[in-house]
Amino acid sequence: MKGLDATRIRAVVRKELRDYRRKRAIVASMAILPVIFLLEPVLTIFVVPPSATGAALAQNLILPILYLLLIPTVMPSTLAAYSVAGEREQGTLEPLLTTPIRQQEFIVGKAAAVMIPTMALSYAVYGLFVAAVALFAHRVVADAFFHQSAVILALFLLAPLMAGWAIVVGMAVSVRASEVRVAQQLGMLASLPPLGVIILLAVGTIHPTLLVALAFAGGLLVADALALRMISGMFDRERLVTGAKAV
Amino acid sequence: MTATTAVRVTRTGRSSAQGRAWEVAIDGAVVGSLRSGEALEVPVDPGHHALRVQAMRYLASPECSFEAGEGQGVAFSCRARAQHPFIVQRSLIWLVASLVTHHAWIRLTPDEVDERAGGVSEPAGVSEPVGVVRKDPGLRTLPRLPRPMPESNGEPVLTVTELTKRFGHRTAFSEVSFEVFRGEVFGFLGPNGAGKTTTVRTLGTLIAPTSGSATVAGIPLSPENGVEIRQRISIMPEAPGLYLRLTVAENLEYFAGLYGLHHPRTRISDALEAVNLGDRAGDLCGGLSKGLRQRVGLARTLLSDPAIMFLDEPTSGLDPVAAREVHDLVDGLRQKGVTIFLTTHRLDEAEKLCDRVAILNTTLRTIGSPADLRAQLFKSALMVRTLKPLDEPDQFFTSLPLVESWRSMGEGTYELSVSDPRAAAPEVTRGLVGAGADVLSIGEAQHSLEDVYLELINEDVEARRP
Repeated sequence: MKGLDATRIRAVVRKELRDYRRKRAIVASMAILPVIFLLEPVLTIFVVPPSATGAALAQNLILPILYLLLIPTVMPSTLAAYSVAGEREQGTLEPLLTTPIRQQEFIVGKAAAVMIPTMALSYAVYGLFVAAVALFAHRVVADAFFHQSAVILALFLLAPLMAGWAIVVGMAVSVRASEVRVAQQLGMLASLPPLGVIILLAVGTIHPTLLVALAFAGGLLVADALALRMISGMFDRERLVTGAKAV
Repeated sequence: MTATTAVRVTRTGRSSAQGRAWEVAIDGAVVGSLRSGEALEVPVDPGHHALRVQAMRYLASPECSFEAGEGQGVAFSCRARAQHPFIVQRSLIWLVASLVTHHAWIRLTPDEVDERAGGVSEPAGVSEPVGVVRKDPGLRTLPRLPRPMPESNGEPVLTVTELTKRFGHRTAFSEVSFEVFRGEVFGFLGPNGAGKTTTVRTLGTLIAPTSGSATVAGIPLSPENGVEIRQRISIMPEAPGLYLRLTVAENLEYFAGLYGLHHPRTRISDALEAVNLGDRAGDLCGGLSKGLRQRVGLARTLLSDPAIMFLDEPTSGLDPVAAREVHDLVDGLRQKGVTIFLTTHRLDEAEKLCDRVAILNTTLRTIGSPADLRAQLFKSALMVRTLKPLDEPDQFFTSLPLVESWRSMGEGTYELSVSDPRAAAPEVTRGLVGAGADVLSIGEAQHSLEDVYLELINEDVEARRP
């Protein structure tokens, strides 16, 4: 984006990551959530009867893969919801707003700081899952799993877009929320629309094909861009400091 | 306006680190870098300055102070000293030796008269002048540093004209006009809810004014100029707002990044030294006392070398000892010529620290130095105390020609309005002794800034009564 200062964005990202590392609750929740989301797919893969064939086997494999999409959807919402409301609550927002940072730099920096650990953990978990299937699943199941290349590709493609959606919605809530708890509860609602799509895929209402995945990815990309633009408009210094919009 | 002068620093000779640039800092702020054979010219204000040349951050650097006169340039040469032959260049031994021998690595010396710089004054604190610079291929001129003058020089840093802010039907402040001059500590006083913080937020571009205009650090106040204005000023809100899980240095590093400062470590180190926190850089802010946090907040405002610092009630909620420390720091900054806009409702603080004060109660009630305000509001008076109350005080005081009026301030205590206390005091003393009164004391009535403040605020309260 034109006019954005990379130094300021880097400063925000570096500070946020440092802050996360020092907050045990954040580290713990970031470590535990992926493990919880990983358990179900792993168990499912290993209990699928190798005797199952065709559509039944495919259906048994697609659901756990889609389940993994919940990691980038749910994990960042708490952090994103904390991004502005947390600063306000701990009294650091006003000093921050007195610096030359632009609203877009602030938003991009905060979003990147949430996106980096989210995607690192998501892809790490996906890698672990794929490796576990390759190494330990029954050969028939493993073959069938890797036959679902379109779904696996969609998993890797959709993860950052799902995370992006959760982050921008979480931040939008955070800008307006009066306190962190409210922001975090409302931020969780951000994961509902993508979750709905996953459910529709899982129950077979939408058939998971590469085309569907690409269409879904395109829709998410547009939604992310619009939400980012919307949040830039919401980020009004006067409102953030005084609670009232500039007249 | 005072004329600026130039400091020229030339790097001569060849060194082992010819390719590595040396940083040049004036008054703690890095103003540029030099490679071998290059020269750097920096405009500075007349007055006392400190010059430092540093090759590597972890090596102690040579520093010397100098006096720049009006229109008189100052020139310095720097070059690498000869190294001991047995020390291998760029080796670990060499690094350790450099650390042990401190600033022996670079020789920084003043030059003789340099015509282009407009003549060289005699530098203070340095000796052994060496040869004039001969080679000058890469002269570069940097923009003038926004360093304030040690004393107010009549140049306004902040000009506010009929500024008003309303939130719906509520008026935060109305038609406020004043100027703050370079190098002065300007106190902004007022009761709670008077509009002090809102004024600071408005001037800091956090809030848009409803009407009026202002020029902050030379830039007109407008939303488009927000980034540029914020780059040139710094604001410390009432609560310092530190990240408690980060260390002191990490907090400052974050803000150095937000201001886009080059060489942030040098700036951070200088800012921490300025608030006497050089040894606490690694401490977590969450473990610091409130007073120390306030000092970190002050260090943060110093980081960007601002044209004007806004301190919003910096001693609010501090115990007397911590408040005293903050006072000393602000006083120290004033001595260095930093322009400070200080909002407070502590009148002792304003009286102690501020060159001029403005009293705000939604509208600006008055402005001036504490002494001027006292003179404006209160007539000269004598305070007289006698052992016993006078029998006929009215008859007695009205008989004295130099006493204009009088009032009783309690048993045996009287305040006499006089135009010249020094002339009236002997007459009153003689009169009292002559009347047989036992005089305990006679002295000029001292009105504090608090008296001025209460007088004005009470006027407002009276005016609002139906």
